[in-house]
Amino acid sequence: MTTEFHAPDAIVDGVEIGEILDGQIPDGDPRTAWERRRLGYKLVNPANRRKFRVIVIGTGLAGAGAAAALGELGYDVHAFTYHDAPRRAHSVAAQGGINAARARKVDNDSVDRFVIDTVKGGDFRGREADAFRLGEESVRVIDHLAAIGAPFAREYGGQLATRSFGGVQVSRTYYTRGQTGQQLQIASAQALLRQVDAGTVTLRTRHEMLDLVVEDGRAQGVVVRNLLTGEISAHTAHAVVLATGGYGNVFYFSTLAKNSNASAAWRAVQRGALLASPSFIQFHPTALPVSSRWQSKTILMSESLRNDGRIWVPAKADDTRAPGDIPEDERDYYLERKYPAFGNLTPRDVASRNAHEQIQAGRGVGPLKNSVYLDFRDAIKRVGKKKIAERYGNLFEMYTHATGEDPYTEPMRIAPGAHFTMGGLWSDYDQMTSVPGLFVGGEAGWGYHGANRLGANSLLSACVDGWFTLPYSVPSYLAPLLGTSRLADDAPVVTEAVDRAEARVAKLLAIQGEHGPTYFHRELGDILYEGCGVVRTKESLTTAIEKIRALSARFWTELRVLGDDDRLNQELEKAGRVADYLELAELMCIDALDREESCGAHFRAEHEADGEALRDDNLWAFVSAWGVPGDGRFVRHAEPLNFDAVPLTRRNYK
Amino acid sequence: MRLTLEVWRQTDPADAGRFETHVVDDATPEMSVVELLDRLNESIVEDGREPVAFESDCREGICGACGVTVDDRPHGPQSNTPSCHQRLSSWKDGETVRIEPLRSGAYPVVRDLVVDRSALDRIVRAGGHVAIQAGTAPDADTTAVDHALAEMALDFAACIGCGACVAACPNGAAHLFVGSKLQHLASLPGGKEERGKRARAMIAEMEQDFGPCSSFGECADVCPAGIPLAAIAVVNRERMRVVLRGKNN
Ligand SMILES: Cc1cc2nc3c(=O)[nH]c(=O)nc-3n(C[C@H](O)[C@H](O)[C@H](O)COP(=O)(O)OP(=O)(O)OC[C@H]3O[C@@H](n4cnc5c(N)ncnc54)[C@H](O)[C@@H]3O)c2cc1C
Ligand code: SF4
Ligand code: FES
Repeated sequence: MTTEFHAPDAIVDGVEIGEILDGQIPDGDPRTAWERRRLGYKLVNPANRRKFRVIVIGTGLAGAGAAAALGELGYDVHAFTYHDAPRRAHSVAAQGGINAARARKVDNDSVDRFVIDTVKGGDFRGREADAFRLGEESVRVIDHLAAIGAPFAREYGGQLATRSFGGVQVSRTYYTRGQTGQQLQIASAQALLRQVDAGTVTLRTRHEMLDLVVEDGRAQGVVVRNLLTGEISAHTAHAVVLATGGYGNVFYFSTLAKNSNASAAWRAVQRGALLASPSFIQFHPTALPVSSRWQSKTILMSESLRNDGRIWVPAKADDTRAPGDIPEDERDYYLERKYPAFGNLTPRDVASRNAHEQIQAGRGVGPLKNSVYLDFRDAIKRVGKKKIAERYGNLFEMYTHATGEDPYTEPMRIAPGAHFTMGGLWSDYDQMTSVPGLFVGGEAGWGYHGANRLGANSLLSACVDGWFTLPYSVPSYLAPLLGTSRLADDAPVVTEAVDRAEARVAKLLAIQGEHGPTYFHRELGDILYEGCGVVRTKESLTTAIEKIRALSARFWTELRVLGDDDRLNQELEKAGRVADYLELAELMCIDALDREESCGAHFRAEHEADGEALRDDNLWAFVSAWGVPGDGRFVRHAEPLNFDAVPLTRRNYK
Repeated sequence: MRLTLEVWRQTDPADAGRFETHVVDDATPEMSVVELLDRLNESIVEDGREPVAFESDCREGICGACGVTVDDRPHGPQSNTPSCHQRLSSWKDGETVRIEPLRSGAYPVVRDLVVDRSALDRIVRAGGHVAIQAGTAPDADTTAVDHALAEMALDFAACIGCGACVAACPNGAAHLFVGSKLQHLASLPGGKEERGKRARAMIAEMEQDFGPCSSFGECADVCPAGIPLAAIAVVNRERMRVVLRGKNN
């Protein structure tokens, strides 16, 4: 442990230095930490388990896993989701695969190597001990999910098939066609429904969490709104798990499902939880660019396209010629030029940053000059159209569907799109937040991915948290509470929370301004892409903060939400989410402005060497976990990061 | 392009509902049906009226949340394509698009284009799962699964739960949905032990809300996941199998 840790001074207005946080990481060798911790956990007698009520918010991979596993153990689980069915959680959309350090092949994989890849991939801003747990439990995740119904791809000999993914040199990614997330999610949702059938889990669909109830310093319940009837009610429990997913949609255009949002996590922050690294966002380099006013999202195109597609822009700015009319010597294949070793296959953050740089310099292409070409002309010449169709046919079709353009004759256009949030609710090694009794799992949390998530590691983290971490750590928290009754439904703190949620709904409906919530969401997205996007500067962030504050003020005077609060009202749902995004966005910019270094996806233009991210391990080898007391202050708490197994190094892709 | 929209409006389950006509004159061929609804809603909101309620989430054809009837066909004119991927290039400038909820006795209308498809989940809850507890599964590599079998399981596992098959069926049958799940789980080692029990439970629950199958085949034609029509025969095969064997596996 670092004994003399000093957090750098705050230079951003409103930022105060908070405490040094203890991640409760077991002392000693991180390789055996999880085993030792499990041994130390307290147990609950099977007969006593049903006396404990646990609320789980979210039924994605993390939430469905946690709820089903705790239900199987015999706890009284109450699960909530705003979806109409658990199967629809955003996890369903993941395509590529799930990593596991099963190390069956002789390609020299191991849990240690998994940890090295994960920690390095995250640019040394994640927790090493958590990465070990992730690797260790990954073995059981595959076994379990295969057993409960995920038909993983198989080799001809009947063994599990694997493939390689970006950022690693071994083959540890398990998959089911391009539908890995779907199959894991459906298997998990079925397991959850099995527990509903068995009576151990009470599932409430179409219920959105609006607030967290904290009493005696412990999380003891939630306030939810029934989306069909508008009824707002409180539910109390001995512990609460938030598995509510990532907040990439704060950018409006993102690869996430339209309904994914930040509200549950943000409400927890308002009740005292801390938000770790809120500005660490992964931008995917091969998202579809925004081409028209009514496009609703930036669909993800598979990373695999970069194996054969060549990325380029016109060499001179504001070139409006059709791509076919631009001669070879007037094109800039900038990735091949700058990174001869990796070429078009540089990691996500590097590819995104370089595309951004070209677009900023006026060399972007397409009607809005906001994209770069991904060109298959040479590949088609080399191997023939048939081969390319075999490799990417369905992706080309999807592209044509979305854009009306034919990538066989015209280069594709791609652009960086907000994709994954490495940041999230700060929790200790046991996945417990700074509010005792409030646990977190999946993308809503923070620990594993540091400043840049490795492809196929996030389905894994959601599954490990849900199935193989929370079912150990939550009971250990509950054990000493045996005999303690649940908070009464009419306790003053509960009715206050209900009143607060009702008042907020009424306030949103009462503004009666001129713009719907989507209008503000779009504006916010533009501000964030510009100010807190792929590349950040002191100036861009300062401007973004001013603009967000102004937009926020406008929101609360110019918003218009039509309809009532006593039946399905999707505008009202959106309005509540956008209100939270506005507050979260400000904190994201403050975090990015505060962190005077570049690491992974957090690229501050002031901190670079030869165009590459320049980490400052002397000052910033810690996680910023933000407290937002609500009085205009932002308190930066810090958890120092120590690396015992993976020596600090700089990444290099030249 | 300019399109006339006839959209179903219904305030709540008790309301009788009616079509409302709107014109969108800045639609583009690459927009999807749900983006057309976004566009429509933005102008409805500008006019100070309540937008049309409809469901969608991933907008990538995988979550199964979208699902409306377009010109009398679940999801829309293109076969095997979910609403969020139905492009406006299917219509010509000046044409009319009629959008209404998925229609089935098993799907009560919640509001406008939103229906309640929870009857599908009730079937899964009744038996569409595998009774293996977390941590107790055998090593997935020691139980070999034939490559072709795994691929076949995936063909059937691909169902996105949109419910269009039921809406397309003149009988309101859910056989494509149920058969896909039965076949998927029966093909995998983990699911084999409860094969008979599962079939009994799921089919009994299915018959509570959904109609019988007369092999019209409309379901497979609209199914965005391309579930093979063979799934409907699976239901009867599994039903017979459990009756004849009288065992749980
Ligand atoms: C297009 C795309 C492709 C991806 N591909 C991969 C991949 O190949 N490999 C990989 O490892 N990762 C991938 N990821 C990332 C990965 O899919 C996610 O990180 C992961 O699925 C998140 O799971 P989760 O359980 O944390 O959250 P989610 O699946 O997002 O679930 C969140 C749940 O919380 C509920 N919820 C949220 N807020 C509330 C509230 N206030 N009240 C009630 N319920 C609420 C929702 O209804 C939902 O049930 C991809 C991501 C995207 C966007
Ligand atoms: S079988 Fe096809 S149409 Fe029916 S619910 Fe599944 S995906 Fe939808
Ligand atoms: S919105 Fe998810 S399938 Fe159409």
